[in-house]
Amino acid sequence: MDIDTVLWSRLLTGLTLTFHVIFATVGVGVPLMIAIAEFVGIRKKDPHYILMAKRWTRGFIISVAVGVVTGTAIALQLALVWPNFMQLAGNVVALPLFMEVFAFFFEAIFLGIYLYTWNRFKNPYTHWLLTFPIVIGAGMSAFFITTVNGFMNQPEGFVLENGAFSAVNPVAAMLNTATPSKVFHVLSSAYMTGAALLAGVAAFMILKKGASQYYKKSLKLMMAVTLVFSLLTVVAGDLSAKFLAKHQPEKLAAAEWHFETERGADLLVFGWLNENQEPTGALRIPNALSFLGFGDFNAEVIGLEAFPQDEWPPLLVHYLFDLMVSVGFIILGISALYFLFLFWKKRNEYNKWLLRGIVASVPLAFLGVELGWFYAEIGRQPWIIRGYMRVEEAATSSPNVIWLFFVFLLLYIILGTLCVIVLRRLFRNNPAEAELEKHVKEIEQRAAGGGEPS
Amino acid sequence: MSYELIGITVLWIFLYGYLIVASIDFGAGFFAYFARVTKQDHLINRLISRYLSPVWEITNVFFVFFFVGIVGFFPDTAYYYGSSLLIPGSIAIILLAIRGSFYAFENYGSKDNTLYLFLYGATGLLIPASLSVALTLSEGGFIVEESGRVSLEYLTLFTSPLSWSIVALAIVSVLFISATFLTFYASRADDQPALKLLRSYALFWSTPTIIAALTAFIFLSQHNERHAANMMEMWWLLGLSVAFFMLSMWLLYSGRRYGLAFISVMLQFFCAFFAYGIGHYPFILDPYITIQEGATHESMGIALVIAFIGGLCLLIPSLILVFKLFLFDADYVKGKK
Repeated sequence: MDIDTVLWSRLLTGLTLTFHVIFATVGVGVPLMIAIAEFVGIRKKDPHYILMAKRWTRGFIISVAVGVVTGTAIALQLALVWPNFMQLAGNVVALPLFMEVFAFFFEAIFLGIYLYTWNRFKNPYTHWLLTFPIVIGAGMSAFFITTVNGFMNQPEGFVLENGAFSAVNPVAAMLNTATPSKVFHVLSSAYMTGAALLAGVAAFMILKKGASQYYKKSLKLMMAVTLVFSLLTVVAGDLSAKFLAKHQPEKLAAAEWHFETERGADLLVFGWLNENQEPTGALRIPNALSFLGFGDFNAEVIGLEAFPQDEWPPLLVHYLFDLMVSVGFIILGISALYFLFLFWKKRNEYNKWLLRGIVASVPLAFLGVELGWFYAEIGRQPWIIRGYMRVEEAATSSPNVIWLFFVFLLLYIILGTLCVIVLRRLFRNNPAEAELEKHVKEIEQRAAGGGEPS
Repeated sequence: MSYELIGITVLWIFLYGYLIVASIDFGAGFFAYFARVTKQDHLINRLISRYLSPVWEITNVFFVFFFVGIVGFFPDTAYYYGSSLLIPGSIAIILLAIRGSFYAFENYGSKDNTLYLFLYGATGLLIPASLSVALTLSEGGFIVEESGRVSLEYLTLFTSPLSWSIVALAIVSVLFISATFLTFYASRADDQPALKLLRSYALFWSTPTIIAALTAFIFLSQHNERHAANMMEMWWLLGLSVAFFMLSMWLLYSGRRYGLAFISVMLQFFCAFFAYGIGHYPFILDPYITIQEGATHESMGIALVIAFIGGLCLLIPSLILVFKLFLFDADYVKGKK
């Protein structure tokens, strides 16, 4: 029974996080896009971009609501489902958890203000400045919460004495060795996903209703942001791999099915494991794993055999890793192709297939984020705090957790469905073109004199 | 003052803050639904959503803040409360999730969906009930630790008059606090019909509030004599609480100075809440966790206090800005902006 409770505890937490990550990524990524669009709009005095910021904010607030409630759920579940973990680790990671809430608080306050003060300030830049605390607050909460995850992978900042942590240094625990590459990767991929999402919406509308000015501008702006952040994501991914090779070799080895420690290790792409646990059918790139890990084709890469077998991460993480990397490169490729078509006059950047590719990037980007987290988390098994506490020592002993899994599954299905329905209704009954007309009229009225109720 | 005392004081203040802002929010949800059912929603719903829309997310953060703070300062709470509250806590999560998202769906998405409004209103009463379970548990006698397993005695909990009186107190005070605040907000908006309706709500809920408070105190003295005796030593604080209650009643009844009436309701709860909290000292969970033994390492405690001060320097000006823009800006309240 005990093993069962552990399994269901893992599934429940995994379920909540999988659901939360979708909305958390939107929550981190989209505010930056809103800020960019509003800035371009004010700068160019172009109502199209202002309208973009307005419409995105309206959709954003719906997804924020779901993000907030699932975030609250995971904050509570940490203690409810993993009481022993929180009792031990709370001593070391309480600081970033606490600061994460501050950052979130800050963001929540200014999001409310931003939403209800369009037209309240004389200088348009004043309203735009309100996006700063939102973007910073969202980025900071991602930063703090990622440091907690970094700590679980790379525990630092304490001494272990008789099964309890002592000589705790909260700042060292927060700024552990895993933090920089992790935070970089999380932020760049969230911005990439946010931009890809909005570009995908524009591409979808162009495919459906033809290219209007509004969607053309929206597509171009967001493709530029996607290109920049997908490049940064590739860089961040490379840094993460280098971090793993040095500090968490068993995770990288599991991802690459690299069993024997050797110099000049090969990189395996896809393939499968046969019954003797040997990789088959994989594309082998000679010496590339050494280069990926250390920037040197002949560097030594530690293999799984160097670790006791009961500390091996599950070998299926190879698929997660490869799929995540593929997704990253596909999105980079599509955005590069868009700009190639844009600048190369012979080609039309509104090519149907290209637009379809951009639409497809939306689910791909979210899939990439999920796969990346799955790889990071499953790759840490069997540890909850790597090297210090195993997952089964941390879980609740209450058998009720099985039922809760299904209750929460139902809740998330309902919330997810309603969120999609509400978002569709919000935009379908109010196309951008119609709103633009109204918007331009409003501006003219205001220019003609006198305030106007909104 | 030692860092663990600073910690618990700060957390207690935050819990008080949550009590006030959440009560306004929870009660407003209930009144909005009640008004729709009694066909009076045209009077107050616009007023309520004007206040709530910019602040609902802030309310939620107060709660997470308290929760993360107490686990941070006192990690043992995660172990005892976490193990025993798996089910009540999960119910609270689900209710909070329904409430938060449905508020957004109703207000920013599809307007006028009565089902959403019903869920929003109903959860407003169920959440305080489910959260108050944690307060009941802290009195001791409901949690058992046997061979390293912590579990909750559901039968004792459900048959205890103390737990039900705390639930009742939580619900009626939510309605009372909320109605007083909304009365004040309506008077700022100069909205006479709404003012009249909300004032009648406030007057109506005042009597059950004071009766529930007395009942809960009597059951508390039977359940945990030490705690009740400690509270009686602070008779002057309890007396002040009653005095503020009388003041707010008088102001509401005579129909003037609604702002002052709301402030004295806040002070009424402040005095009672602190008399309760100080009387609880030194236990966080009777008899398992005390403030001194359950506290985190000193270095973490100090780091948390510093983070806390830094955070407040950021939060207080921002909260003042929100109040200025949405609460004390007469034009906004009246709906002109």
